[in-house]
Amino acid sequence: MSRFRFLAVLPLLAVLCGCNFVVLDPSGDVAVQQRDLIIISTVLMLLIIIPVMALTILFAWRYRQTNTEAKYEPDWHHSTKLELVIWSAPLLIIICLGALTWMATHLLDPYRPLSRITADQPVAAGVKPLEVDVVALDWKWLFIYPEYGVASLNELAAPVNRPITFRLTSSSVMNSFFVPALAGQIYAMPGMESKLHAVINEAGSYRGFSANYSGAGFSGMHFAFKGLPAADFDKWVAGVKAGTNGELTRQAYLELERPSQNVPVRYYPSVDPGLFKAIVNMCVEPGKMCASDMMAIDAKGGLGKEGASNVLPLAYDKYARRGAVLGGEPAYVVGICAPDDLSKAAVGAPVSVGGARILGGGLSTPAFTPISAPSALPMPTLRQPSNS
Amino acid sequence: MSPAPSLPLSPIFGRLTLESFPFHEPILVATFAVVATGGVLVFGLLTYFRLWGYLWKDWFTSVDHKKIGIMYMVLGIIMLLRGFADAIMMRLQQAIAFGGSDGYLPAHHYDQVFTAHGVIMIFFVAMPLVTGLMNFVVPLQIGARDVSFPFLNNFSFWMTVGGAILVMMSLFIGEFAKTGWLAYPPLSGIGYSPDVGVDYYIWGLQIAGVGTTLSGVNLICTIVKMRAPGMTLMKMPVFTWTSLCTNVLIVASFPVLTAVLVLLSLDRYVGTNFFTNDFGGSPMLYVNLIWIWGHPEVYILVLPVFGIFSEVTSTFTGKRLFGYTSMVYATVVITILSYLVWLHHFFTMGSGASVNSFFGITTMIISIPTGAKMFNWLFTMYRGRIRFEVPMMYTVAFMLTFVIGGMTGVLLAVPPADFVLHNSLFLVAHFHNVIIGGVVFGLFAGIAYWFPKAFGFKLDPFWGKMSFWFWVVGFYFAFMPLYVLGLMGVTRRLRVFDDPSLQIWFIIAAFGAGLIALGILSFIIQIAVSILKRDQLRDTTGDPWNARTLEWATSSPPPDYNFAFTPVIHDSDAWWDMKQRGYKRPLSGFKAIHMPKNTGTGVLLAICSVALGFALVWYIWWLAAVSFIALIAIAIGHTFNYNRDFDIPAADVTRTEDERTRLIAAQVKA
Repeated sequence: MSRFRFLAVLPLLAVLCGCNFVVLDPSGDVAVQQRDLIIISTVLMLLIIIPVMALTILFAWRYRQTNTEAKYEPDWHHSTKLELVIWSAPLLIIICLGALTWMATHLLDPYRPLSRITADQPVAAGVKPLEVDVVALDWKWLFIYPEYGVASLNELAAPVNRPITFRLTSSSVMNSFFVPALAGQIYAMPGMESKLHAVINEAGSYRGFSANYSGAGFSGMHFAFKGLPAADFDKWVAGVKAGTNGELTRQAYLELERPSQNVPVRYYPSVDPGLFKAIVNMCVEPGKMCASDMMAIDAKGGLGKEGASNVLPLAYDKYARRGAVLGGEPAYVVGICAPDDLSKAAVGAPVSVGGARILGGGLSTPAFTPISAPSALPMPTLRQPSNS
Repeated sequence: MSPAPSLPLSPIFGRLTLESFPFHEPILVATFAVVATGGVLVFGLLTYFRLWGYLWKDWFTSVDHKKIGIMYMVLGIIMLLRGFADAIMMRLQQAIAFGGSDGYLPAHHYDQVFTAHGVIMIFFVAMPLVTGLMNFVVPLQIGARDVSFPFLNNFSFWMTVGGAILVMMSLFIGEFAKTGWLAYPPLSGIGYSPDVGVDYYIWGLQIAGVGTTLSGVNLICTIVKMRAPGMTLMKMPVFTWTSLCTNVLIVASFPVLTAVLVLLSLDRYVGTNFFTNDFGGSPMLYVNLIWIWGHPEVYILVLPVFGIFSEVTSTFTGKRLFGYTSMVYATVVITILSYLVWLHHFFTMGSGASVNSFFGITTMIISIPTGAKMFNWLFTMYRGRIRFEVPMMYTVAFMLTFVIGGMTGVLLAVPPADFVLHNSLFLVAHFHNVIIGGVVFGLFAGIAYWFPKAFGFKLDPFWGKMSFWFWVVGFYFAFMPLYVLGLMGVTRRLRVFDDPSLQIWFIIAAFGAGLIALGILSFIIQIAVSILKRDQLRDTTGDPWNARTLEWATSSPPPDYNFAFTPVIHDSDAWWDMKQRGYKRPLSGFKAIHMPKNTGTGVLLAICSVALGFALVWYIWWLAAVSFIALIAIAIGHTFNYNRDFDIPAADVTRTEDERTRLIAAQVKA
């Protein structure tokens, strides 16, 4: 049959093209365990798949119409013993596989801190993992290293055999952070923080990319992941510190997050320390209320009726409501204060700014840059990519 | 918040402007030229041969379940050509976009192509083909004269056509969604997809969804209430059983799709924040909801196909189906379990180990009843006399192919394995493996099997076998390389590549797609050749395959009323049982038969719906209002139409039945 002849050619082609089966030959311990799981599960299932395929071919051949020697029992349609076998054989396999799944899923939970570097090397006590804050932007990757106060764009580096803790979020739409050689993927989603623990065991440069379609520039949304020996990693950090892009301030971030594609690697020698938290809480723009603050207010019972008009600081999507004909113009409160602010402030009549309400009187109005202000950030007409 | 930049909203044309027509895209202009030429040609021929009246009276307005079933099949096959054209474009793009080449499709176009491919193949190819077969076969299999609600059936069909028309319009007026076939927000929200594409998606699916849901209600009711006397639930043919379960799934899951799309359209139209990043909106809520529909959807497609394989296997092995009871229970178990697995589509969104394990294990559990089914077909072949006609060839190809897809499916259900395979080409290969290897092979088996029943002549076996081999070999060439690429860590929906070692695999895949194109071409040639050779292929017995279930007891094609007298059932293989017991057709004593009357209301309602959908897509508010009012008025008006049934006079029934008697007698003599 032609399909089997074709399958026989597969490994040959693999040799010919010099392919890199990275999923089957990864370089990080987590991915190695995931690979093993794939192989074990496949073998477990082949225990039943191969007999079924063989029997299908055998029966199809043996009981063909022209073979009049084969037994023909047109009314045979039930056998309790066989029924027992055909239900219990898959059941047994699934029990094994289910148990394996339960254990492996907990063991390889991306949120679970690593307990081992390789199969025979546990994580030594007192080893501090490398922390990396990952932001998926349209359409590039930003990596912030809080321990070193630096950031890099479209290039990720980590020392070999040191656990890495990734915290991930996204600036606009859903992406998935995936370095196949290192570990399985995890989604990076706006307004949410996801986590991934991993370790790289072999030095080298690996491919990382977004594994969830995110719009026009998606194809170019990849980066190099460099697994470096400790000394080389320090050199790399020093190189980043020598970067010429200046500090990654909030303003610089707001410019960076605008859609662009195929952006070359950039190094930022210093980073606004609160940036990642602000990105997760969608309050990078000055004057925007952080989602965490909103939740804290809500947890205390909310703002009452006055809060109903408090919508602008909560609106995050930069181009939201473009073309929404029925969406009204939002009203907003420009500032909110905590109780201790209130005690410090002189309590008087509420001050009205531009017709909007302020809760808590007497506070100075915080600096607020309306996002439509064309001066600093001309808004692109659509979410179209520009090459930079 | 900047005020919404005011769009140039014309009071007459909404946001539709001359620039909405893609004159600047040569591919689309050429496509339009071909489609327009073809359309004019068909229109001209129909007019020249004065067929419009015939089509309108005998087909478009027909409430006959057989004709509606056939029209569903025609719709599915036409849309298959569109969906497949998209597939070829993607394969070509991915095969050439290497080494700095940008391919021939810009992102703006490519992203629409893969979205349209998924949407069309699922909603407007697989669904109409499956629904069409159920519509045609189920009433015949249970000895009914029609479905429970014949008008509703016609209306459902035209709503499905309406959805398809709206999606096709997006090709030449404006654009289609660039979001992937499930349109995850925030990408599909107004903020990131301000164009009309997602609106076409929403309204296309909403209109078709009305048809699908109502058709589900109709078929459940038909199966539950209209079975011939003696046909208890456990004597129903397996295809009817799987149809029942499928329609239960449809009725229980499509409302979820409708609801989630309503919420998305509220976000897009009136500025609510269900799925936005703002105001505590939750995009993940959408992902959950859409998969609560989406996972049952794949079983909606595959369960009826399991039924087809069951019928085909027992017919062509000349044996009673092995393990009927366990087959039925397996179907029901799959129906229930299909609601407990949706989260396996997004293990990678960080749900936590216990939640992931739960959904991983429930997914694996589904493979137990599916495996039992596989064994049942296997043991039906055991000690049979297998005739390798085209439907049986598809069945064997299915059994060999589907187990591979099943295995990779279970592999993807292991969460840590899914972390490295999710969204990769391995996943793409997996679901094409089960959808082509399962659903498509099953549909072709079903078409070849029931075609003589529908038209009175068999399909030409030579071209059927050509189509079969092209499809099967083409499938392996097209999708095995994608498994390989998945293991090389290549993700889906990429437009350009920079690793040259991948290219050879994409070229093999494109070659496979080319083979499948030949398979589709052979299928079309097969139909043309069969029509030309219909006198040689004629079936005068009504039972060309020596089959077992009730639909083969009547003539091919069946008379309008299906059965002159409602048969009485004693066995699950009712017709086989009748043949064994030397059943004699009644030759006299025919009575007048009460039947439903044709109506054009379904067509009118669908036209209004398309106008409404189009108006909402383009913000043409006056048209939306007018078409909505018309829709409601026509629907209410129809309830006052009391002229909706008639009697086929006894004389006509006698004439039809005498003709059949004569044919059968001639058959015996020859």
